[in-house]
Amino acid sequence: MLNEDTIRYVAKLARLGLTDAEVKKFTPQLSGVMEYMEILNEVDTKNVPETSQVTGLKDVFANDEVLKGQASREELLECSELPVDSKQVRVMAAIKQ
Amino acid sequence: MTDLNKLKIREAHEGLKAKKFSSSDLTKACFDEIKKRDKDINAYVSLDEEGALKSAAEIDAKIAKGEDIPMLAGIPAGIKDLINTRGVKTTCCSPFFKDFVPPYDATVIERLKKNGLVILGKTNLDEFACGASTEHSCFGVTKNPHDLTRVAGGSSGGSAAAVAADMAFYALGTDTGGSIRQPASLCGTFGMKVTYGRVSRSGVTAMASSWDTIGHFAKNTDDIASVLQVIAGRDVKDSTTPDIEVPDYSKFLNQDVKGLKIGLPKEYFGEGIEKETADTVKVAVAKLEKAGASVVEVSLPSTKYAIAVYYITMPAELSANLERFDGVRYGKKPEKYPDNLVDYYFAAREAGFGDEIKRRIMIGTYVLSAGYYDAYYKKAQRVRTVIIQDFAKAFEKVDVLIAPVSPFPAFKVGELVDNPLAMYMADALTIPASAAGLPSLACPAGMSANGLPIGLQIIAPQFEEGLTLKVGSALERLR
Repeated sequence: MLNEDTIRYVAKLARLGLTDAEVKKFTPQLSGVMEYMEILNEVDTKNVPETSQVTGLKDVFANDEVLKGQASREELLECSELPVDSKQVRVMAAIKQ
Repeated sequence: MTDLNKLKIREAHEGLKAKKFSSSDLTKACFDEIKKRDKDINAYVSLDEEGALKSAAEIDAKIAKGEDIPMLAGIPAGIKDLINTRGVKTTCCSPFFKDFVPPYDATVIERLKKNGLVILGKTNLDEFACGASTEHSCFGVTKNPHDLTRVAGGSSGGSAAAVAADMAFYALGTDTGGSIRQPASLCGTFGMKVTYGRVSRSGVTAMASSWDTIGHFAKNTDDIASVLQVIAGRDVKDSTTPDIEVPDYSKFLNQDVKGLKIGLPKEYFGEGIEKETADTVKVAVAKLEKAGASVVEVSLPSTKYAIAVYYITMPAELSANLERFDGVRYGKKPEKYPDNLVDYYFAAREAGFGDEIKRRIMIGTYVLSAGYYDAYYKKAQRVRTVIIQDFAKAFEKVDVLIAPVSPFPAFKVGELVDNPLAMYMADALTIPASAAGLPSLACPAGMSANGLPIGLQIIAPQFEEGLTLKVGSALERLR
């Protein structure tokens, strides 16, 4: 069972702001979903390897060359709604002064 | 000429070459249909009439000069709004990207543009492709063209509805756990979910990276083959695309199915599947049997675990992929925000994401957190292996598998929206093939008694898209 404290804690880990109403709404919903996941314990997976890639590709390398026709630095900077300063996005202070 | 928008791609292509009509005529016919019907259906979230007519005019000029044109040149299409189109707004149907204009094209768009792409507009989806009904879109739900009180399915519901309502000749979509096949089935169109890695995902917003595929909707198997021919193949910008030859897909069409071995997985016809749906699929399979294919029952015993595997690994990957959306380099700046970077992240993500995304970020973060990683994430990856082994065993006995796509036809708008677990069950029959990275072609199988489309899927071993087309094309002939 997930409780409201766990929901708030996980939201904090995810850097996700939640309103009190959202916490109330999500707690039973996510609790139900996670309870359903217990079904996997029915499967005996002793000695079964994990799958994270399904076509068997390993260590794919690309030639070290610049591709043409990519977005320019200026175009990429235009994607930000924050102020741009010296070709960089200006953000708020990360550490309190 | 009337009803140009209802032509097959090949017919439209022949007509263009014979100068019976122009690409501009085809494009205008689609926009006429959109203006007539899309107020009710809501398949498109944005239209680019000016851009489309400009692209069409370029193709028309080439034809006038007597140049040879490729099959897709001048054929108008809808593009799922998760796929980057340079200079054309791409929103992911999220409040976060409501005004985002990408500075580059996705590889699939680049390839289609080289073949004379005409983009009608961008189609609706569940926010970041998370959902099975397009109800989780910040632009509102897409209605089913067959019954406007019902959903078109999702997440690529806009693309499916646009094709089903003749508002596009074909449309691009994405399929992570069923997002092409399920809406194709609910709307009565064809939908191709390719092998994992067959089509490049570069320039498409990532959802669950070990599952995501790009594919398309069309009105018949020939059109499906024509589009696949252009978009499939190795791309240096997506390292999951292997260097495996892309065959001539048109050669798989109109082939005899004599001697073909078809497996019916019994778990896809049993508990939780509406009887009318199961029966309709069986009637279609019987036609293939009559045409010389052999049909046997097979078992995929781990089918019932697929949803749990998916709803652990997918949110885990999704929450990691969406970490980059923090309102700094791109995405909406919240209206009011604190003057501190960490608090800014919280505020931007709170304002930017809808309910379903928040739920999935929470599930993903939870299953990846210390203490739960082994119990949930690793366990799910192991069960995923068991699902893959099931398919491998089945393909020792049969060439393809045929099964229903969705356990039930289109459901009512609002019916499942606040019951996430029930909504997740809508993908019960499409997730397993995704887990194993297999190609699967959704084809219309028939209609329910109350006039709703019922679809079937043809599942083949990896990189055997051609085989699914062979069987789909036979079903079309036998209809």
